Amino acid sequence: MSDEEDDIILSELDDDELVQQMFDDLYDGLKEEIEEGVNILLERGWQPYDILTKALVGGMTIVGKDFRDGILFVPEVLLAANAMKGGMAILKPLLAETGAPTIGKMVIGTVKGDIHDIGKNLVGMMMEGAGFEVVDLGINNPVENYLETAAAEKADIVGMSALLTTTMPYMKVVIDTMVEQGIRDDYIVLVGGAPLNEEFGKAIGADAYCRDAAVAVETAKDFVLRKHNRRAAG
Amino acid sequence: MTDALSKLLATRDWLMADGATGTNLFNMGLSSGDAPEFWNETETDKIRTLYRGAVESGSDIFLTNSFGANASRLKLHDAQHRAHELSRLSAEIAREIADASGRDIVVAGSVGPTGDIMEPVGSLSHAEAVEMFHETAEGLKAGGADVLWVETISAPEEFRAAAEAFKLAGMPWCGTMSFDTAGRTMMGVTSADMVGIVDGIENAPLAFGANCGTGAADILRTVLGFSAQGTDMPIIAKGNAGIPKYKDGHIHYDGTPELMADYAVMARNCGARIIGGCCGTMPEHLRAMREALETRDKGPAPTLDQIVAALGPFSSETDGTGDDTAPKRERRGRRRG
Repeated sequence: MSDEEDDIILSELDDDELVQQMFDDLYDGLKEEIEEGVNILLERGWQPYDILTKALVGGMTIVGKDFRDGILFVPEVLLAANAMKGGMAILKPLLAETGAPTIGKMVIGTVKGDIHDIGKNLVGMMMEGAGFEVVDLGINNPVENYLETAAAEKADIVGMSALLTTTMPYMKVVIDTMVEQGIRDDYIVLVGGAPLNEEFGKAIGADAYCRDAAVAVETAKDFVLRKHNRRAAG
Repeated sequence: MTDALSKLLATRDWLMADGATGTNLFNMGLSSGDAPEFWNETETDKIRTLYRGAVESGSDIFLTNSFGANASRLKLHDAQHRAHELSRLSAEIAREIADASGRDIVVAGSVGPTGDIMEPVGSLSHAEAVEMFHETAEGLKAGGADVLWVETISAPEEFRAAAEAFKLAGMPWCGTMSFDTAGRTMMGVTSADMVGIVDGIENAPLAFGANCGTGAADILRTVLGFSAQGTDMPIIAKGNAGIPKYKDGHIHYDGTPELMADYAVMARNCGARIIGGCCGTMPEHLRAMREALETRDKGPAPTLDQIVAALGPFSSETDGTGDDTAPKRERRGRRRG
């Protein structure tokens, strides 16, 4: 399949071309190439935070957009997320060292009674791809799991997923408990899952319903920005 | 020795399958997060009622209450060791209802997806998937199912693993995928792709097709996509009764019996030979579908515009088949690998 003559040597590309090439490589889920690209940019003196936001997040934004538009599907997105993870593994310790700002932190899980986690995993991966920190609670989570972890992790966002018409009402239990404890406004609450819709999200008191993983990322970014602005203003 | 489904297919132009399992059971009091399969043991009368609802509404084929009876799904309820037993029970009750009906009814052992993503993108290996499906298959066989029926699948790998497991169990089978994402399965499989997947399977199914997905209109476009490939194998259409709406604290599917009757006749015109419903399809829908299939003649395949006019808009502009597929991203150059 490969055509030797057309092979691209990453280290021979200038910065702009390399970033463009990394967009393509993320799109194609090429993990080793992404790792190589990240290392080249580091050698050229790029800040880890710039590599994250300009190369990796930039590339994953394209993947997210095409996923939303029905051009890419789950397998391609999983491969892209996996390539992104390879790059992140290099950057993570460096980001911690340099004290770079994090975009935000999300606690995510499938609600009690629901074992479906493909959608939730996708959201988690796309959120990581967008530079968020993600704490994954897995499946079948009672209300305590969400609240204790969100508090311990100082999360910005609580994300809940349900794929069954029988388990989606449990999201309301979680939100009602947050209201009772007076902590509802401490978090951005996002909900998603196949049987849900916007009406439902509103009815149970979530901040937003997210149709798919790409929308979840856009919504999360938007809400975190608003939250930061409020803090700055307050 | 011919199986019950092949016999029926040999004598009839079309067969009617059943409707919803989950929606019916929730209406009987199944509560949030419970595994419906436990009812095969603890609420057998309700399962009898579920099955009878399909049979008495005119279904020729009905599916057992074993959709989630695989080790991966039952694990949540700490019942991963009961896949065989709960599958067997679901088929035993079904056998009893079918045999008491006084007509030829096919008991189809429902096999749902594992819920896991398979290798290479996910973690479930082919061997593990085959083992899980095989366990469920043997249970359904022991309980007296006529055929096995894998449904709501989105990944080609999982479809093939189920087929292999059914071969190990020595059972005839049918298989359907759920086309719910822009006309494709969640994993990107188009209707045309599925025909290719089915053609490539050594132990060929008796019939193949689509179930669940989004609305009634979408599934007909998928059936037209199957037919366009020129396959001889009987096609299955089991669409949802409309779209789920959240109303007064519970979920309601908005498709009426009249709409489902139109859907059934149009599904046959699109080339389906086995026609049923999925989520939201209740006995009253099935009765309307049966009557329509018996009283209205088969006509020419509808155009996409005619489908939209009768059943409502598609959930996406295209379904990834034909020439109008969305272009993939332009690459800068060729890449190795």
